[in-house]
Amino acid sequence: MNLTLKIWRQAGPDAKGELVTYQVQDISPDMSFLEMLDVLNERLNDEGREPIAFDSDCREGICGMCGLMISGEAHGPEKATTCQLHMRTFTDGDVITVEPWRADPFPVVRDLVVDRGAFDRIIQAGGFISVNTGAAPEAHSSLVPMEHAMRAFQAAECIGCGACVAACPNASAMLFLGAKVTHLGELPQGQPERWGRVVAMLNQHDLEGFGGCQNLGECSYACPKGIPQDVISTLNHDLRKAMAKGR
Amino acid sequence: MAGTGLLFALFVLAHMYGNLKLLVSEQAYNTYAEHLRTFGVPMLPNSGLLWILRAVLIVALIVHVYAAVTLWARASGARSVRYAVKKAVAQSASSKTMRWGGVFILVFLVWHLLEFTIVKIDVSGKGATGNNPYRLVVDSFQTPWLTLIYVLAMLALYMHLAHGVFSAQQTLGWTSSARTYRQAQIIGHVVAGIVVLGFLIPPLAILVGLVK
Repeated sequence: MNLTLKIWRQAGPDAKGELVTYQVQDISPDMSFLEMLDVLNERLNDEGREPIAFDSDCREGICGMCGLMISGEAHGPEKATTCQLHMRTFTDGDVITVEPWRADPFPVVRDLVVDRGAFDRIIQAGGFISVNTGAAPEAHSSLVPMEHAMRAFQAAECIGCGACVAACPNASAMLFLGAKVTHLGELPQGQPERWGRVVAMLNQHDLEGFGGCQNLGECSYACPKGIPQDVISTLNHDLRKAMAKGR
Repeated sequence: MAGTGLLFALFVLAHMYGNLKLLVSEQAYNTYAEHLRTFGVPMLPNSGLLWILRAVLIVALIVHVYAAVTLWARASGARSVRYAVKKAVAQSASSKTMRWGGVFILVFLVWHLLEFTIVKIDVSGKGATGNNPYRLVVDSFQTPWLTLIYVLAMLALYMHLAHGVFSAQQTLGWTSSARTYRQAQIIGHVVAGIVVLGFLIPPLAILVGLVK
């Protein structure tokens, strides 16, 4: 496959960036999108030019490090992370635009790499449970109804990749928040801190400068883990309850 | 946004019901308009309840618009560098147009209030006044361009309500399962459909001459 890539290049956080056009030839359709970028980077290296900076870690779709805006879609056109997106999705001769996640709380570090530290700070604000560590307790000592367990597991699939923010026209992180609040709120271990959690996480979310939610649904569509919109309802439900409790 | 929005949804449902009196008879419609003013008398002064409702609606409108402007401003502040290419893949036509559609409905509302409440503009030139609301409405909607404005406004209202009524339920946290989420979307379209259909029947009936 021969492709034309328009890739965002930016030397540093404060540097002015621009889209630079690259041609790549003989790309195997079985390559992942990141492998295709690796091929381009090897060539840039050989030519003595600066390779394109992009994030990746596990390359098996579970860590959430890689994330690129590919021709206007977060993680590209497939329901998967960028590392699990294969070149067979594209056709020979395609022009593909590659940009970093765009949201002011996710500042560009370099080229396609953004700092998602805002998500870490939201988790630190309330996305945790307080337990004594040590020997694991007997699993059957706290029973969880099946439907709660299933919903908690579904929400817990969130890998914090930031695609929801990237895809949202408002750059809102409500799907991320909703996933965390649902994941912990559906389980008995999440109950003691439930009402404080939602308020603390939402306050941190707003403080980081993310936008508000319009319930447009772009986030769930972009989510590589298919986190549904109804977790945002759970977030709103918990917030309403917390406010009624004077939080 | 959600609370005031649902209040408006209830208001347009009631408003639509009142409009349908037009199909019954001139007397039924004018009596309804009169009853809106005498409702609660003598416990309340004449037009007392009407002004209470108006005050609530005005406050709700201010809150609704303020919340919308805040959301809009936060959104533009949250992404100061825009994408070169960005696809909208999941938004409906209805959700995509909430902001500019809302602005359109606001402009329409100003015209609508000037026309039928504040100034009582006689668009037909037949000399109708506010003393006979039925004649004012019927004469006005015999003017095709006016009916066209209202049809366009109702299209905008359908789109705004379809997403708005759903979105309000989501914001209030009533849709925390796949089933209730889907139901909320359907309720949005059903409420929007009932309101807009009910609103469109009288003007179209007048335009084609079924109501004279």
